[in-house]
Amino acid sequence: MSSRLARGGRLIDRGATRTFTFNGRAMKGLEGDTLASALLANDQVMMGRSFKYHRPRGVVASGAEEPNALMGIGTDGHFEPNQRATTQELFDGLTAESQNHWPSLEFDVGAVNAKLSRFFPAGFYYKTFLWPRSFWEKVYEPIVRQAAGLGKAPKDRDADTYEHLYAFADVLVIGGGVAGLTAAVEAGRSGAKVLVLEQTGHWGGRAPVDGGEIGGVGAQAHVDALVAELESLPNVTLRLRCMGAGVYDHGYVLGYERLTDHLSDKSGPRHRLWRIRAAQVITATGAIERPLSFAGNDIPGVMLASAVRDYLVNYGVAPGDRVAVVTNNDDAYRTAFAMKEAGLDVAVILDAREAGGGALAIAAREAGIRVEPGRAVAKVLGSKRVTGVEICAQAGSGSVIETIPCDVVAMSGGWSPVVHLWSHCGGKLVWDTERAMFRPDADRAPTGHDGKGFVRCAGTANGALLLSETLQDAAAQGAAAARAAGFEATASGLPEVDEVAEIPPAAVWLMPAGASYDKRAKTWLDFQNDVKVSDIQLAAQEGYESVEHAKRYTTLGMATDQGKLSNINGLAVLSDALNEAIPQVGTTTFRPPYTPISMGAIAGQGRGETFQPLRRTPIHAWHEAHGVQWEPVGHWRRPYAFPKAGESTHDAVNREITTVREKVGLLDASTLGKLIVKGPDAGRFLDMLYTNMMSTLKPGRCRYGLMCNENGFLIDDGVVARIDENTFLCHTTTGGADTIHAHMEEWLQTEWWDMKVHVANVTEQYGQIGVVGPMARQLLEVLGTPEISKEELPFMAWADRTVGGIPCRIYRISFSGELSYELSVPAGQALALWEALMEAGHGLGVAPYGTEALHVLRAEKGFIMIGDETDGTVTPQDLNMHWAISKKKEDYLGKRGQMRSHLSSPDRWKLVGLLTEDGTVLEDGAYILDAGENDRGQRNMQGRITSTYYSPTLCRGIAMALLKHGPERMGETVQVTKLGAGPVLAKVVDPVFYDKDGEKQDV
Amino acid sequence: MLLLDCPCCGVRGEETEFHCGGEAHITREGPASDDAAFEHYMFERVNPRGVHFERWRHVAGCGKWFHAARDTVTLEIWGTYPAQTTRPPEEVLETIRAARPGFKWRDIA
Repeated sequence: MSSRLARGGRLIDRGATRTFTFNGRAMKGLEGDTLASALLANDQVMMGRSFKYHRPRGVVASGAEEPNALMGIGTDGHFEPNQRATTQELFDGLTAESQNHWPSLEFDVGAVNAKLSRFFPAGFYYKTFLWPRSFWEKVYEPIVRQAAGLGKAPKDRDADTYEHLYAFADVLVIGGGVAGLTAAVEAGRSGAKVLVLEQTGHWGGRAPVDGGEIGGVGAQAHVDALVAELESLPNVTLRLRCMGAGVYDHGYVLGYERLTDHLSDKSGPRHRLWRIRAAQVITATGAIERPLSFAGNDIPGVMLASAVRDYLVNYGVAPGDRVAVVTNNDDAYRTAFAMKEAGLDVAVILDAREAGGGALAIAAREAGIRVEPGRAVAKVLGSKRVTGVEICAQAGSGSVIETIPCDVVAMSGGWSPVVHLWSHCGGKLVWDTERAMFRPDADRAPTGHDGKGFVRCAGTANGALLLSETLQDAAAQGAAAARAAGFEATASGLPEVDEVAEIPPAAVWLMPAGASYDKRAKTWLDFQNDVKVSDIQLAAQEGYESVEHAKRYTTLGMATDQGKLSNINGLAVLSDALNEAIPQVGTTTFRPPYTPISMGAIAGQGRGETFQPLRRTPIHAWHEAHGVQWEPVGHWRRPYAFPKAGESTHDAVNREITTVREKVGLLDASTLGKLIVKGPDAGRFLDMLYTNMMSTLKPGRCRYGLMCNENGFLIDDGVVARIDENTFLCHTTTGGADTIHAHMEEWLQTEWWDMKVHVANVTEQYGQIGVVGPMARQLLEVLGTPEISKEELPFMAWADRTVGGIPCRIYRISFSGELSYELSVPAGQALALWEALMEAGHGLGVAPYGTEALHVLRAEKGFIMIGDETDGTVTPQDLNMHWAISKKKEDYLGKRGQMRSHLSSPDRWKLVGLLTEDGTVLEDGAYILDAGENDRGQRNMQGRITSTYYSPTLCRGIAMALLKHGPERMGETVQVTKLGAGPVLAKVVDPVFYDKDGEKQDV
Repeated sequence: MLLLDCPCCGVRGEETEFHCGGEAHITREGPASDDAAFEHYMFERVNPRGVHFERWRHVAGCGKWFHAARDTVTLEIWGTYPAQTTRPPEEVLETIRAARPGFKWRDIA
């Protein structure tokens, strides 16, 4: 059984008990435990079930690479799935639940998948669900969806807060082990601004566990001295629980700091995302031990040798009473010593190397430990817990020599440097045959804006395996990074290191070397995604020879651990199957983040109200106080309608429309884009931007204009007013203000830079109020506005007038077909003007109206709306707006595009009006049916609905549509689709439904 | 995330401050052009591995368009220069020739 030892545990505080629950069961641990070490102390070895076969799985590792012990942590708004028990520090009140099982961890129905595993090989889904096609939607997809996903998605809104922090460093050191600290000291002494990030809660990394003496003191004392020196340097910042998540272009690095995940008190931000710019980056990220590939290597109790050591030394926890160590290298012998030290049994050390190990092997024998060179695990015995191992010769096909009882198997397949951060931004790797590892190729580093490398690896991350090697490399890298960042630094000499020499590992990718299919089909590579040696071999056999293809076909390394344990073993198996060398097969791409980071941290403070700024018109508060129903339009909020107490939205819209048609309504049009285009060439410039002629517009007059892109498609429309000879005011759509401003700037700056024109976006500087309806003039007269008769201020003219004591610029333009004055005032006076108009209009029955009424009013008049009648593929000609396209101009943006054959085709869908035979309202986005079917068996279409409303003026549904040969088909009846019902019959009519001659707006 | 120097306002900014506008030094084709020339102008862009000239706008800064010469593989920035030119300045080309002897980009070498 696994249990807490009576002594030992360098990270725990035996005086501080912590209570927590696992699957609802109360348990006790100690301050300093991880969730994994606390579970092991409670004899909870099985910590989850695998994704595909639901096999029982125990903890394998002791750090970020853990594939199995994934937990749902927390409750309600603090719940988060897929958290690694090995990196979750224990605190009082922690609640954890294991994943992928039903009804319970101990008894799981889905485990039947494992019995059927020979029917679920690699590529099963691709092969099986292809046919019959009709089964996909009703049968396969629901099953796949049910089974998909690891943990449960949180149900509640995230109750925690998160934040971003910007930081700058000359030298950023990622990793706070001896290598990182040594490098940081060297860089820090030079005066460079140094930032050190360590993902765990402790400095020192593996060295205090693995032993060795540095400068005459133990590794821990040396680490303490390094940290003390760094803390004394004002130019150095140290951060624990902060992972280097990703390295990006030009020295941009993301750090992921976990602030409260280890605390009972969850107040304050939970995670902090560090957005760092570093001149130089040192990754001292250590190495990850590789599992060995033997049958039953996923049974709970089979662990990495280093993890067994960590639980013993760091937490005083014995993962079991009797261990079998299986290794291809010297380092794993240390686990046997740690077990001995703790007073536990070492059943055997199986060293796959024919010649056995070096000095550590001799020491093991001297300590009375049974060491078996040239031996391997034939098979692990047990199901929910290891009960023993069958041993065999590594060289053979696995004939069992002996069965050895044990409850832990400590495996070590050698070490892989953590090269992820090096590789994120393009750092290349070399295969080191002697050490059996990919390590960074210093000659092919990620390059920065000056073309020089900005990342260097230090210590074990750089391939160093011995302590002395690590320290020497780290000091050199620290000094080199400082120099590269512009500081003077010379690496200090290597302190005296007392360590045991090691002999090289053997490359062992399958155990035993000639394992039969039965064994290979029980030999796991990727524990989290249930990928076995046999799956990779099948992929190779079926032609998935590229490592990237084999990965996707088998899902190797595609789980939340991203193959930290499995990738090297997997590609070694692949290279063997392809009979190619490992470096020829290569690795898959390392992508950030190093381990998953929370979505909350990525969002930071940008949630809810702070997700994006809200733009408010100067009259926003008045609308809010008068029962407005808002509509989001870009970043703006615009009134959709103003329902009165007890009135439905639909009724309110109809009332607002009727008010405008019969009396007078007020529209807050402040969001409309207002661009001042000024300069001697302003007219020439606008002639290029608009399809019609703007240079001929007289000062004091307004003209409606269309804007196209170079393709010829409509992008915006609006009324242009000429203010004086050199100045135009261009109105754009609400959403178009910024994009059209940018569009103008682009052409001015990059194509017609000879033109003397300036553009200023004054959208927010002015409030604009539409006074619309047959009584509009009367209302303005109540406020004493002079000279606004038809003769003094005619339709499509503008003039400066004082309205109720407020100086206004009044545009006589109409988007409703009614008599209309648009009053423009400096933003600060818009509210006062609005209130004056509301008060003065009381006796006339004035009412504010919103965007829905605006839409219906314009549709009744057949006015197009950008975004409704247009979708980026519609030309002015499609909308029968030839009248707005100048024939005289040699050129304008879009003219050449509109000459292309498809755009000038007579078969294009063109604008018409539609009236249903029964008067009902057509569905938005509905299609107009044509005869026959296309080559995919779908019904042919000949048009679509672009706008459709109930018109209270006509007391019926009205619609605008694009229809093939539309204008030639007036009076024809067409069929329009309706969801869940048969087609609706509608008559093709002129899109102007109201006041066809435009008499009402011109009075 | 690239760092770029805006040649107009002189600020070194992060990529998020800028907006990339694709290939630089494109010649506009107007109504007199034939279909092939117009389609080339509208749709055909080089996508080189190595030296490239691009249009960028300092959208969250001074708002000005400019050009950048950079290596799409190593991310090295050779230089930035104003948008009001039809050809990269000679000093930028000299820098590139020194670092990438024999480079060719469209008809520029």
